[in-house]
Amino acid sequence: MSGILGKQSIQFENPPYILATANIVGKKEGEGPLGALFDVVGDDDLFGEETWEEAESAMQKNAATWAINNAKLTKEQIRYIFAGDLLGQNIATSFGLLDLDIPLFGLFGACSTAGESLSLAAMAVSAGYADYALAVTSSHFASAEKQFRYPLEYGNQRPLSASWTVTGSAAFVVSNQKSQFRITGITTGKIVDFGVKDSMNMGAAMAPAACDTIYQNFMDFNLQPTDYDKIVTGDLGYVGSDILIDLLKKKGFDITNQHMDCGKVIFDQNTQDTHAGGSGCGCSATTLSAYLLKEMEKGNIKKMLFVPTGALLSTVSFNEGQSVPGIAHAVVIESCDK
Amino acid sequence: MNEDQKKEYNEYVKQVTPTHSLPVNMIKAFVTGGIICTIGQAIMNFCMSNQLDEKTAGSWTTLILILLSVVLTGLNIFPKIAKFGGAGALVPITGFANSVASPAIEFKKEGQVFGIGCKIFTIAGPVILYGISTTALIGLIYYIIKVLGLI
Repeated sequence: MSGILGKQSIQFENPPYILATANIVGKKEGEGPLGALFDVVGDDDLFGEETWEEAESAMQKNAATWAINNAKLTKEQIRYIFAGDLLGQNIATSFGLLDLDIPLFGLFGACSTAGESLSLAAMAVSAGYADYALAVTSSHFASAEKQFRYPLEYGNQRPLSASWTVTGSAAFVVSNQKSQFRITGITTGKIVDFGVKDSMNMGAAMAPAACDTIYQNFMDFNLQPTDYDKIVTGDLGYVGSDILIDLLKKKGFDITNQHMDCGKVIFDQNTQDTHAGGSGCGCSATTLSAYLLKEMEKGNIKKMLFVPTGALLSTVSFNEGQSVPGIAHAVVIESCDK
Repeated sequence: MNEDQKKEYNEYVKQVTPTHSLPVNMIKAFVTGGIICTIGQAIMNFCMSNQLDEKTAGSWTTLILILLSVVLTGLNIFPKIAKFGGAGALVPITGFANSVASPAIEFKKEGQVFGIGCKIFTIAGPVILYGISTTALIGLIYYIIKVLGLI
């Protein structure tokens, strides 16, 4: 059995399915354009906890537990969890998933973690090493601001290129058991560095990585943009999306008609003051869980390329003058008859 | 990817990235800063009309502005003023008070010592350090000039 394809891709011989999903978001996301689609919208962004970090953990725990329930499974049936977040040493994941008592692979792919966790869960299931694997990711506006930027009450002016970290978590149960959504392939991204040093313009830092992965997906699978109904990037936002389309045009592919960015749809730029759009692991994960899979269920999307994008920086690397490299992981999701 | 290509990409990014309008920001900063200073002047006048000398009245003005800024920070109103007014809100003493109060609120959960104690000056720290160093340096220069009898 070999599904190895091209340079960086896998075409699964036994494509696994996304059996069930669940999501939870904060108040601001609930007030956004996708608000009515989310499973649960928190009243405040603390979710009954004391600190922002605990709140993020609580979201993960809830999303994971509900996804397992939605799949009509018990937690003992989940073989592996692949999960990660944005906080130092993945603490939202560690403390959030502690009580589930399930073997865990902790991941860090910055905001691309939704793609990374789905890719690895799909690989484990397709290869027969797990019946059921769970992919979980989260981000929280307040915990991310605290770690990467300024205290919430600090007065400052955000540049127009800055994005707004999504408070949200989503979980996906990946399995061989049939459902409507099938992961037929993946293209794993490389670290791509175009020398962007502005941590307030992450769209520009990540767009080259998205371009690289999407281009490689076209090459490896021998596809054209029109073979997809949607090519969905994670959190490039308004600035990064335009750059991505430009970069891919230079490589001979025009994805203008297929492209959609989760960061652009999750908030209303005009009324929610989110500048370049949403970002964070939770941005692409909750949009996939709450919106894209539902669109697939309705038959509006048959085949999509889901490409969460991550900016690989820390406050230390930034202060020491390093650039902001990007990474993007692509997952091919197709609808199928149940 | 070589350095030239990186430079070229960064030039391109600069072109496509939207920025705040500088003239608009300057007008907003002027108005906001002006209002804060007018409030300061009103407090000052009030104090002086109540028989305080100018120096004492100045101290009261500073203290009251700091108090106002800290209270507004706690109520999460100050960030909105600063978002509108930019440097107009940040350069007066109000900005300094906000930069000390906001980490104190944020890091309270990490404890009195490692939270508030260690983190309270994360933003204001550089201003204090280099502010005091600069005054010490200027004081030294002033002293030397004085010793040399130039003034």
